[in-house]
Amino acid sequence: MLEVKNICKSYQGQPLLRNISFTVAVGETVCLLGASGSGKSTLLRIIAGLEPPEQGKVFWEGQDLASVPAHRRIFGLVFQDYALFPHLTVAGNVAFGLKMLGLPLNEINGRVLSTLKKVNLAGFENRRVTDLSGGEQQRVALARALAPDPRLLMFDEPLGALDRNLREQLMAELRRILRLSGVPAIYVTHDQEEAFFLADRVLLLYAGGIVREGTPAEVWSDPGSAWAARFLDAGNVLPGVMLPGGQVRTIIGLFPVECGHAYQDGEEVTLLVSRRGIRQVTQGAVSGEVTDVIFRQDGYKVTLENGPDFYLPEAPQVGHRIFLEVPPLGVKCLPNLPLQ
Amino acid sequence: MKRLLVVALSLSVLLAACAPKALVTLTVMTHDSFAASASVVAAFEQANNAKVVFLKSGDAGAALNKAILTKDAPLADVFYGVDNTFLSRALDSGIYEPYASPSLANIPAEFQLDPQDRALPVDYGDVCINYDKAYFTAHALPVPATLEDLTNPAYKGMLVVENPSTSSTGLAFLLATVNHFGVTGYLEYWNSLRANGVVVVDGWETAYYTNFSGSSGHGPQPMVLSYASSPAAEVVYATTKLTDAPTASVLGPGTCFRQIEFVGILKGTSHLALARKFVDFMLGQQFQEDMPLQMYVYPVNSAAKLPQEFVQYAQTASQPATLDPAVIAANRDKWIADWTNTVLR
Amino acid sequence: MSQRTSPEDAESQKRFSIRVFAYSWLRPLLPWLGVSVFFSLFFFYPLARILWVGLNPTSLFTISSDSFLLASRVFLFTFYQAILSTLLTLALGLPVAFLFARYDFRGKSFLRALTAIPFMLPTVVVAAGFNALLGPRGWINLGLMDLFHLQTAPILFIGTLGAILLAHVFYNTTIVIRLVGNALAHLDPRQEQAARTLGADPLRVLYQVILPLLRPSILAASILTFIFDFTSFGVILLLGGPHFSTLEVEIYKQAVQAFNLPLAGLLSLIQLLCTLIFSIIYSRLVTRSVVPSSPRAAGTNLRKVRAFRQKLILGGMVLLLLILFVLPLASLPLSSVVRLEADRGQRGQIIYGFTADYYKELFINRSDSIFYVPPFDAIGNSLAYAALTVILSLALGFPVAMALVHPHRLERILDPVLMLPLGASAVTLGLGFIVTFNKPPLAWVTSPLLVPLAHTLIALPFVIRNLQPALASIPDRLRQAAASLGASPPCVWFTVDWPIVVRATLSAAVFAFTISLGEFGATSLVVRPEYPTLPIAIARFLSQPGGLNYGQAMAMATVLMAVCGAGILLIERLRLPGTGEF
Repeated sequence: MLEVKNICKSYQGQPLLRNISFTVAVGETVCLLGASGSGKSTLLRIIAGLEPPEQGKVFWEGQDLASVPAHRRIFGLVFQDYALFPHLTVAGNVAFGLKMLGLPLNEINGRVLSTLKKVNLAGFENRRVTDLSGGEQQRVALARALAPDPRLLMFDEPLGALDRNLREQLMAELRRILRLSGVPAIYVTHDQEEAFFLADRVLLLYAGGIVREGTPAEVWSDPGSAWAARFLDAGNVLPGVMLPGGQVRTIIGLFPVECGHAYQDGEEVTLLVSRRGIRQVTQGAVSGEVTDVIFRQDGYKVTLENGPDFYLPEAPQVGHRIFLEVPPLGVKCLPNLPLQ
Repeated sequence: MKRLLVVALSLSVLLAACAPKALVTLTVMTHDSFAASASVVAAFEQANNAKVVFLKSGDAGAALNKAILTKDAPLADVFYGVDNTFLSRALDSGIYEPYASPSLANIPAEFQLDPQDRALPVDYGDVCINYDKAYFTAHALPVPATLEDLTNPAYKGMLVVENPSTSSTGLAFLLATVNHFGVTGYLEYWNSLRANGVVVVDGWETAYYTNFSGSSGHGPQPMVLSYASSPAAEVVYATTKLTDAPTASVLGPGTCFRQIEFVGILKGTSHLALARKFVDFMLGQQFQEDMPLQMYVYPVNSAAKLPQEFVQYAQTASQPATLDPAVIAANRDKWIADWTNTVLR
Repeated sequence: MSQRTSPEDAESQKRFSIRVFAYSWLRPLLPWLGVSVFFSLFFFYPLARILWVGLNPTSLFTISSDSFLLASRVFLFTFYQAILSTLLTLALGLPVAFLFARYDFRGKSFLRALTAIPFMLPTVVVAAGFNALLGPRGWINLGLMDLFHLQTAPILFIGTLGAILLAHVFYNTTIVIRLVGNALAHLDPRQEQAARTLGADPLRVLYQVILPLLRPSILAASILTFIFDFTSFGVILLLGGPHFSTLEVEIYKQAVQAFNLPLAGLLSLIQLLCTLIFSIIYSRLVTRSVVPSSPRAAGTNLRKVRAFRQKLILGGMVLLLLILFVLPLASLPLSSVVRLEADRGQRGQIIYGFTADYYKELFINRSDSIFYVPPFDAIGNSLAYAALTVILSLALGFPVAMALVHPHRLERILDPVLMLPLGASAVTLGLGFIVTFNKPPLAWVTSPLLVPLAHTLIALPFVIRNLQPALASIPDRLRQAAASLGASPPCVWFTVDWPIVVRATLSAAVFAFTISLGEFGATSLVVRPEYPTLPIAIARFLSQPGGLNYGQAMAMATVLMAVCGAGILLIERLRLPGTGEF
């Protein structure tokens, strides 16, 4: 199993990764979820041995990999832009890792064919990679990484350039392949849907550190921080200020909230109300004029004149004044993460 | 596309602007070694209300070839630079317009190789072996006096000559050996030279500045094929004041070859009168006296006075080798080919 | 209902088909218009005329049978030395290209400019430099003789095949460094990373991934180098000596000295034919295998040297470069400031003292010669010609390079023709110019513009070959993205193509600039005495004996080197918008 311990790395003088630590067990798929530019790709390169960390270590089965160069780690890496070898055919690309292992030719051919079949590209052996569509290229990249039987697979936002249907199709295939082979995998993405679909465990990456770790269900129901809630779009997010007496004042009114953490008076607090938690009523304390309504699959995202947006089960009319009711129960307190 | 048009337009404007001006211009085609004082040329220009433009056209052979190639629309009015090794070819090609200049009266008959006065002699120089005085003194070696001496083992590897197929000085020396040993004997001589370690290079610059020990190049060979006037140039162009020339020439009978250079009016010129005046000018005293320190050649005009440096440091051979230009023209290719087979293979 | 075409319909149909014809046939040829006119007028026509003089039916039979023997022997040697030289140049140039493309170290741009300086030095200068270093009385020989108390020079260099090969490597390494280095800098590092994760150690990454991706640029550099070595003249003549003769040297001997135009014409044709064949090979191999690369700025692949072993290798290569490039060149400035005594009795002692006399002398017209060239005039002329050459070759070459990205059938035929000027003998071309442009309506032989035109002929192939791979590597989707955002075609070009191409353009401009500055062969045939260039002035000094003349030649050669170096550094430092933006 892979153990990453206290990895630190900076970029152009600014810290990029701060004390990153996590493990990946056999058969586990771990998703690293974070915004673009948060250092996810760098982390993958460090684990692959393509870049050295400034601090910290990477262990595989207890062995420190600091002295093991990239070409000996037997970790597969599927790149964002596929990075296929344009001067080789599909078969040539897939066979590359096998050639490096020095296997006999007929074994290489056999494994190339079976790997291509696994990714549904049977018959593509002699095609030029530059002639393929995005989805086909991605599958070649996957096959190339799979063919040499890596001990760990890493994916760097591999589905970013594809359309939705293709993405869903490939996600399903990926999930199937990962389950079948049992190879531990790290999947890096900024798309939360991908992450939740594929992961056994999700790691949220923010400001260089891991701010939340857990199964998709755990992370969804309790994002653990204001940033995470916004990033995951986990529900209705309300910024507010703590008042004496355990009340929080938000832009849509006062709430008595039970916050686990002892907040000081005047401190900024963020509240999370579940998606279905807010209702439209005919009269109430909270009101505002509707400026925008967006259809979402499980409701409507309504924006009010004074800024905040909420999920509502029905769509109000733009320009109308509506009244909202927020039940006091089910409101969670979210800590603000220190920005550094 | 627009950019191309602009470029094309400006090019044609520029090219048109470079057409010759309205003032009467005399174009004189010369070889690359031509040189003259600006004041002397200016004197001619003022006296004749003209402008003289010099067209340098390569070495003697290259310039002649260009003149022959453009015979029907000559590049210039006057052509200076043919020497006696090329004279026959020049005369046979019919590029010249005959002109019996009155200045010819002052020129000894030995230089007037063209009885029809199509090519008129301007200067001469002797291609001789220069030697490094200091070297010979330091090694207590006697200076060779004749061509035969050069085959003496005492001088092994000390001589550098130029390739006659690429250098006019090289050709001149080859002709000197033909003159001295005869058509049947000269190859034998070259065989012995080869056995005595003669070094062959392609051009005068290489021979003089790379191989010759007596020049600024500090080469390994103390003897080089150059001109009898080169020692004077060494004095004039020395970096510190010299009292004596560092080099001198081997002047024994038949060891030097006399090169004579000619000028002629090109047939088809539109400035015949001015061209004739220029030829007179080149054969006249003022130009003839200017030539030595410019081109390091000797004037043919017997009335011209030599500059002091020439009198002191340059020499002429008393019995230089010469060959009939027609004989040269007929045989040069064969002689060069035979020489190449003997010496270079 | 019958359909009858009315006269108006017929008329418009005819107009329509004319338009279709114009669009499909004439429009693709538009980019070639400038180059076609230029080539026809200044290359093919003069060449045809001079070859006709030599090779018309009457004179053809004057070629003797042993001339054919001579021709074949010369041809074989030309080929042999060109192949050897090219292989050696690759052997040095490829590692250095890697060094420059991958590592950042102090003095890198200086070293890069240094390797380009030989390319623009006339052979007479380079020969002097090599002599001062490796000649029989050069530093190395004198040093060895001193050390081991020898009587004669142990190293025989001048006049050997080794001298020819070394000089060719000295001259042409910059071609490999620039062409391959440019391609290297734009490689996608992720492909190398992918290879490493698939188990390839650095050496295998090199062989299996990097070199195949570099194949087009390596081939391009090899063929260009080969053509240069094939048509080499000054090096063979001055450093090889009379024992070696190539096609170009033989053409010179036959055309100029022996005035045997038929044989010279035959040899010129052979040379042209060979160049055409190489050019066809080039366009078949290279243009077809252009590999699309991601548009990365050159800086993204650079790293500092860390490991000690790497530092050792880096240091070794830099040392080798310095030895090969600095030493021969350094002898020239050194000779220009050292007083060369006329009394040369002492063998070992050469240096007597330092002086600035030679430089001062450059400004004095001691003999009142009408042909005196003030040094700044010579510099100005050389720079003016070079600037004109750069402008002209870029203006003509860009459209063609763009058109060659998606070549039509006709363009595939036109493509090899572009390289022909490199293979035409300078002597032949120069004579061709003279016979073609001496009569109205083309009475241009007196024009000083013939010089940059001749230079442009030689520089054009380089410029086009430099631009072509860069233009071809731009992924179409970038252009489409820009167009979909509302950019008109020129705007697309400026925002998408230009930033990627600007480096290649700079490189091409440097090539054109250096070629023009150092060109001597063709220039000497068409230059006007009122506008001499620096190489012409240097040759003038070397054609007369005397310490002052030699010293001034060295001084002027140093000036030429300085101007060249400054020009290169300036062009490379030009911060045009787009360089390093990605």
